[in-house]
Amino acid sequence: MARRYNISLWAGFVLIVAAFVLFPTLFVRFPATRDFPWASLLMFAAGLAIVARGLIRAYREPAACRGKVSGPILMTLGVAITGMFCFGFFHLARQIPASTGAPRIGQRAPDFTLPDQDGLPVTLSELLEPPAGAPAHQNGVLLIFYRGFW
Amino acid sequence: MRSFQDQIGRFDALGVRVLAVSVDRPEINQEHRRKLGLTYSLLSDANAETIKRYDLLHAGAGQNGADIARPGEFLVDSSGTIRWVNLTESFAVRLRPEQALRAAQELSR
Repeated sequence: MARRYNISLWAGFVLIVAAFVLFPTLFVRFPATRDFPWASLLMFAAGLAIVARGLIRAYREPAACRGKVSGPILMTLGVAITGMFCFGFFHLARQIPASTGAPRIGQRAPDFTLPDQDGLPVTLSELLEPPAGAPAHQNGVLLIFYRGFW
Repeated sequence: MRSFQDQIGRFDALGVRVLAVSVDRPEINQEHRRKLGLTYSLLSDANAETIKRYDLLHAGAGQNGADIARPGEFLVDSSGTIRWVNLTESFAVRLRPEQALRAAQELSR
């Protein structure tokens, strides 16, 4: 009797790979699935559970079901991919300088003059308190420091 | 950055000017501004002097070990005083424009 293909093993593994790929390509676009990756973690958990089910079946019914070789390999890969994601999200993504010396609420914002995209100088204090005769000043300025594109 | 562009009208209405700062050169900023359709200014702090004064330097984190800025956002009122700060602890957790808008609304009260 031909042994059945062990669908659980492969379906679960595909789910794990999908979880890994979908975070940077899709989930990262929405704050709800990015700030805490509940959707990804749920997919990893479901994928691992399905692979585990296939693995158990492969060993319990080796005569009827394939997967004694591929099962442990897929399970190990699945755990490794899940581990990589967790390491990346919960460790690597948090490797940010603490910036304890950053200006705090109530302090004066350090003034600066920097060239804009056309090379024209922009001075923070001049935006806030323009010289006499200049157009009405802003209520405020939102400064966004970002990593850049290089 | 595009999410802020989507809300730029609301910042304008509150009289809050949006300025983005990175170590990128003006030519690169011009290119990205065009590509992303941004209307707010991208400022170039090529030697990271201002970034250092705001203690936002992420040393060696850029291409070929270049120094770049870590993400950080500040709302400055018309007297030059900082009224709101956001310093994320994870690259995965980014500021949403709504958070900054809420702070900006407080300015005019």
